[in-house]
Amino acid sequence: MRHLLDIADLDRADLEGLLDDADGFVEVLARPIPKVPALRGKTVTTAFFEASTRTRLSFERAAKVLSADTMTFAPGTSSLSKGESLKDTVLTLQAMGSDLLVMRHQAVGAARRAAEWLSIPVVNGGDGAHQHPTQALLDALTVRRRFGSLEGLEMAIVGDIRHSRVARSDLLAFSTLGAHVTLVAPRTLLPVTTEGWPVTVSPSLDEVLPAVDVVYLLRVQTERGGASVFPSLAEYTSRFGMTRERRRRLKPGAVVMHPGPMNRGVEIADEVADDPDALVLEQVSLGVAVRMAVLFRLLGGETDV
Amino acid sequence: MKALLDAADLARAVRRIAHEILERNRGADDLVLVGIHTRGIPLARRLAAALAEAEAPVPVGELDIALYRDDLDRRPVTRVGATRVPVPIDDRVVVLVDDVLYTGRSVRAALDCLADLGRPRRVELAVLVDRGHRELPIRADYVGKNLPTSTLERVSVRLAEVDGEDGVWVGAEQ
Amino acid sequence: MSDILLAGGIVTTPAGAVPADLRLGEDGILAVGPDLDRDGAEVVDCSGCWVGPGLVDPHVHLREPGQEWKEDIESGSRAAAAGGFTAVVAMPNTDPPIDSGHLARFVADRGRRVGLVDVFPAGCVTAGRAGQRLAHLDELWAAGVRVFTDDGDSVSDAGLLRRAMEYLADLGGVVSQHAEDRGLAGAGQVHEGEVSARLGLVGIPGEAEEVVVARDLAITRLTGGRYHVQHVSTAGTVALVRAAKEERLAVTAEVTPHHLAFDHRAVLSTDPAFKMYPPLRRPEDVEALRRALADGTIDMVGTDHAPHAAHEKDVPFEDAPRGVIGLETAVAVVLEMVGLGPVDLFTRMASAPARMAGLADRGRWLAVGEPATITVIDPATTWVAEGFHSRSVNSPWRGRALRGRARHALLRGRFTLRDGEVQW
Repeated sequence: MRHLLDIADLDRADLEGLLDDADGFVEVLARPIPKVPALRGKTVTTAFFEASTRTRLSFERAAKVLSADTMTFAPGTSSLSKGESLKDTVLTLQAMGSDLLVMRHQAVGAARRAAEWLSIPVVNGGDGAHQHPTQALLDALTVRRRFGSLEGLEMAIVGDIRHSRVARSDLLAFSTLGAHVTLVAPRTLLPVTTEGWPVTVSPSLDEVLPAVDVVYLLRVQTERGGASVFPSLAEYTSRFGMTRERRRRLKPGAVVMHPGPMNRGVEIADEVADDPDALVLEQVSLGVAVRMAVLFRLLGGETDV
Repeated sequence: MKALLDAADLARAVRRIAHEILERNRGADDLVLVGIHTRGIPLARRLAAALAEAEAPVPVGELDIALYRDDLDRRPVTRVGATRVPVPIDDRVVVLVDDVLYTGRSVRAALDCLADLGRPRRVELAVLVDRGHRELPIRADYVGKNLPTSTLERVSVRLAEVDGEDGVWVGAEQ
Repeated sequence: MSDILLAGGIVTTPAGAVPADLRLGEDGILAVGPDLDRDGAEVVDCSGCWVGPGLVDPHVHLREPGQEWKEDIESGSRAAAAGGFTAVVAMPNTDPPIDSGHLARFVADRGRRVGLVDVFPAGCVTAGRAGQRLAHLDELWAAGVRVFTDDGDSVSDAGLLRRAMEYLADLGGVVSQHAEDRGLAGAGQVHEGEVSARLGLVGIPGEAEEVVVARDLAITRLTGGRYHVQHVSTAGTVALVRAAKEERLAVTAEVTPHHLAFDHRAVLSTDPAFKMYPPLRRPEDVEALRRALADGTIDMVGTDHAPHAAHEKDVPFEDAPRGVIGLETAVAVVLEMVGLGPVDLFTRMASAPARMAGLADRGRWLAVGEPATITVIDPATTWVAEGFHSRSVNSPWRGRALRGRARHALLRGRFTLRDGEVQW
C-alpha cells in the first residue's frame, strides 16, 4: 500500500488489517507515557487547503505519538495566495524533507494528483465531496469495537449524502466489512444515482429506525448551502433529525454516531449528543489510533501482506 | 535441515531454565515473564507452567517490538501485534523470553518497550537458542542450548502452539 | 518546380475510390489514372494509402490573439499540417474575440504568412461574445467570414439568434452553435450520472445540450436559415438532428474524435486530460455517435482542438480548464472508432466541413483541374502519440499507440506534410 487515497482501493482483508493494527495502537495511547519510537526521524507534513482543525490535529497527534516530526502547511499565510500552483506547493513540501503528506483539498481528485507528482506517500484527508478514508476507518473501528464485527449489522447513514465525502467513504467501508447500509435522505440530498452502489435507499428515517444497529448522522452543511436544498432547518430536523423521541425508538444496543462537528438541535438533539451511549467522543479518540495505523503502515516499510 | 533438538529436548530445556530462574531469584516472588512476539510468547507460557509446577504461578505478558525496531526501512513489517502485560512491572524482576538470540536487536527493542511500560528492578533474558553473532552488548542469563552457527545458516525454532510441532532445526539459508 | 506524381494509392474521384496515380502541377491536378507517365515528375510512393481532397477541420482553437502561451497560429498550423489538415476554421473566442472585420483579417493574414494551412476565421454572432447584441456581421462577411459562432458559450437569447439567422440567411452564412444551457449545466464538471455521483462532482445532464438544440431547430424552421450543431455528445441530440434532416431543415452537425472514443468512465481516474465540454457521456451515447457518423446523420468531424498549457492542466480535475487538443490524432481515432472507407472518411473530414464553411474549392473529389490540395492517409501504420507540434500537450492519447495517420499533405501543389514530417 503506497498511498491512502480512496476506500475503494482497499479490500476486506486490507480494511480488517488496518483495524487490527489500530487496536494495537489503542493500547499504546492508554499507557502512562503514550509514545513509541517507531517513526523517529520521519517527518509527517499536513497540508490542509480546506479548513479543518480536528482532522489535522488528529493526524499531528498520531504522528507525534509515533515520535515522528510534524510540519504544518497553512494556505492563508503562504505563497499559495501569491498564485503558486498546487503542484509547486507540494513539491516544495517534499523538498523540505517531508516523508509523508496528509492533504485535504476542496477539489475532487487533488490527493490523487499529488500522489502522481510526489515520490512520498500521500494520505487523502478529504478531497471535495469524494472521499475521506481515515474517517471511514475510524468509524469502522468504532463500530467493530462496540459490536465485535460489522458482519450483518444494519447501518443507516442519514443526511446530506450528495455532498458528503464521509458518506461516500463510510458506505464503502461498512459494506465491504459485511454490514448492510441504508442511505436515508430526501431526494435533493441523495446522489443523482446510486445505481450499482452496495446500499439501500430510503426517504424515511422513521421507517428505518426500529431495525438499525447504528445510526450515522451527517452534518447539515450550512456552509455548503445545505439549508438551501431544504426548505428550512426545522423541517430537516423534524424529518431526519435524531431527536430525543427517535432515540427512544431505537432498539436496545443500537448506537448513534456523528463525524463532528455537530449542529446541536439540527441533525442531533442536545440530549442525544451528550448521551453517554453516543459514540461521538469515542470516534475522536479512536481516530488518533487509526491514523497511527495508517502512518505506520505507509512509513514503516513495505508490508509483505 | 537437520533437527538438533526434538520435542523431548525442548521440554527438558524449559524445565531446566525454570529451575535456574528460581535458583537465581531465590523463588518466584516479584517475577513477571514477558514473551517477545511471536514464539517468545508460547515459550513464556510453557516456562510459567513449569514454574507453577515447581513452585508458584507467575504472571505472563506479551510484547510486540514492531514499534521499537531500528530497521523498519530495510525489513518488511508485519502486523502490529498486541502488547499486554497483566501486572505493573515497576520494581519487579522481568524475565524476557524469546526463541532465538542472534544479533541482539530484538532484545534491545524489547528493553526500550519495557522502559515505556515501567521501571523494573531488574531485567533478565531467557532464550531457547543462542546462535552467537551479537551486534550489540547483550547477553542471555538463561540459555536452552548454545548453537554456534555461521551467518549463512538458518536456525528454525518450531513450537506446537504456532507451527504444529516442537523442535529446533539448522540448515543452509534458502 | 517539377510536377509531383502520387503513385499507387486509392484515389477518391467523382466515380468513387479507385486505385490510381495522381499527377499534380502548381495550378492543379494534371492527370488521374492508373500507370501515369512519370517523365519529369517527382514520384512519391502512396501504395497502401488513401488519396483524397485536403482535410478541413471546422472547429479549432488557435488561441491567437491573446492566449499565445497555449497555442498560436504558427504552432496550431504545424499541428494541423501534422494531422494531415490543409484548412481549419478558427474559433473566435480569442482575446479580443473576433467580432469585427479587421480582427478576422488579422487571423487570416497570420495564417497566410505561416503558409502551412489555410486559416479561415469564424466570427462571433454577438459583439464581444457577450450575448447582448449582434456583432458586425456584414463587416465580418466582407472580411471573408462564413461561419458565425459564440463558441465557448451558447447564443442563449432566442430573439437574438433568430435575427442573426435571418440576417445571415440572406448572405448564406451559417450559425454554428455551442449548445450549453447555463441553468442546467450550472457548475457541472462531468456528465451527470453514475460517475459524477460516485466522485461527488456536480454533473451536466445531456439535457443541457438537447434543450438548446431543440429550441434552435425550431428557430431554424422559423427563419429558414442555416444551423450547425457543434460537438454533438448525446443520443438525444442525434435524434433531434435526424428529425430535422428528415424535415429538410438546413442543418449540419459535427462530432469530435474524443466523443467517439471515450465515455464518462474515463473520468474515474480524475485525470484532467478527460475534462472537456461537452463532457464525455454514457457508452450508449458513444455508440449512437459512432453510428450517426457512419450513416451521415452527423455530417463531419470537428476536433474542437482546445490547447491549454501543461501547467494549466496539471492541477486537480475540478480546477482544470475544459478542453483537449486533437488535430494530430484525429485521423487515427476516427479510423479506429468508426470503420469508415476512403469515400466516407474524406466526406466527413474534407467535403462536408468544406461545404458547411462555404469553402467552394475545397473537399472536391479529385479530378483533372481540381486544386492540388491533397491529403494522403496511411490507414494501417502504427505510431505513438508523442512529440506534439502543438504548443500544448493536453491530449487523452498522449503516449498511446495509435493506428492510421496522414502521411502526406499538399497545399496548392506544395508539400506541407511529407512522410509524416511537417515541411516547415
